[in-house]
Amino acid sequence: MSGPGRPGRDDSPDRLYTLTGGRSRSGENSPFDLVTLVVAECDPAPGMQSEHAAILRMTERPTAVVEIAAELRLPVSITKILLTDLLDAGRVSARHPRREAVPDLDILEQVLVGLRNL
Amino acid sequence: MDSATSRASAPLGASADNGLKIVVVGGFGVGKTTLVRSVSEIRPLNTEETMTQAGASVDDLTGVGAKTATTVAFDFGRITLDARNVLYLFGAPGQQRFWFLWDRLFSGTLGAVVLVDTRRIDDSWYAIDRLEKHGTPFVVACNDFGGPEFAPEQIREALDLDPHVPLVRCDARSRESSKLVLITLVEHVAALYAGAGAGTRPAAPARASRQELV
Ligand SMILES: Nc1nc2c(ncn2[C@@H]2O[C@H](COP(=O)(O)OP(=O)(O)OP(=O)(O)O)[C@@H](O)[C@H]2O)c(=O)[nH]1
Ligand SMILES: [Mg+2]
Repeated sequence: MSGPGRPGRDDSPDRLYTLTGGRSRSGENSPFDLVTLVVAECDPAPGMQSEHAAILRMTERPTAVVEIAAELRLPVSITKILLTDLLDAGRVSARHPRREAVPDLDILEQVLVGLRNL
Repeated sequence: MDSATSRASAPLGASADNGLKIVVVGGFGVGKTTLVRSVSEIRPLNTEETMTQAGASVDDLTGVGAKTATTVAFDFGRITLDARNVLYLFGAPGQQRFWFLWDRLFSGTLGAVVLVDTRRIDDSWYAIDRLEKHGTPFVVACNDFGGPEFAPEQIREALDLDPHVPLVRCDARSRESSKLVLITLVEHVAALYAGAGAGTRPAAPARASRQELV
């Protein structure tokens, strides 16, 4: 069912401000999609911002941005800002969804095969 | 399939590299979360997105000229399709303010399922209108809550539905039924793009039998 508490809603604006160093919350120019798969490129280190460390633990295996947001209980836009920090520092890599102007029929066929096999 | 049984938050395989999106939209209590849960390999999780916008109030909030924050909560599940492709299913409310976030969250979506409760058909009209405007392919799935039976033509008429849009009946509580809804959608999308001459080779034509379940 619905998880414990809505992410972000209970957090004071101060906490969100601190988390992101006061940067814009819009995440408008973020390279991350909701379903970009994030993979850790290093282990959490002592002294790291706790959210950064949490993301690195969570992404030992590929994990979608939206799953990270849900687990951190933070709005997606804030999560993207944290991820951008990690990406810029080379601590995670990002596997963005393949995006053609028009969906690739091969991919659609793979989706159908996967669904029929469910 | 390696994904088959785990219902906990099973990690993806190391080779997963392509996330895909399908959005399930519909009015309150229409069965969005139920459908996501029926087919998801993880327990549905929820999260939210907030958008701050100047002035333009969406929900008739007062605060003239003040910045208003629009928050939209949505839930999601996951289906591992194969070693590389992972499908994320989003259950999202179709109310007005949600569409302000559509481009941010759901651009690049494969397609959408509009869930309809035939006792409250009007709830779905807005979502259909928006999807058409966004050019997102969609199917309409009528969840059976035991209301009066309607002929497909009546439902199409009430929704002012384009004849090419598949209309199916479903029971969101059933995995098989929910799966069929998704298959109908993806077949519809494939047929659309194949028909548009986008592909170099023909895709399997959408199966008429499935599209005419209602
Ligand atoms: N009879 C019947 N009941 C259903 C069906 N799908 C869902 N329900 C029931 O309807 C209720 C609401 O379902 P939800 O999946 O929570 O609906 P929702 O669209 O996620 O609701 P909100 O997120 O609150 O807008 C639950 O009690 C479900 O068990 C269906 O196909 N048939
Ligand atoms: Mg719900």
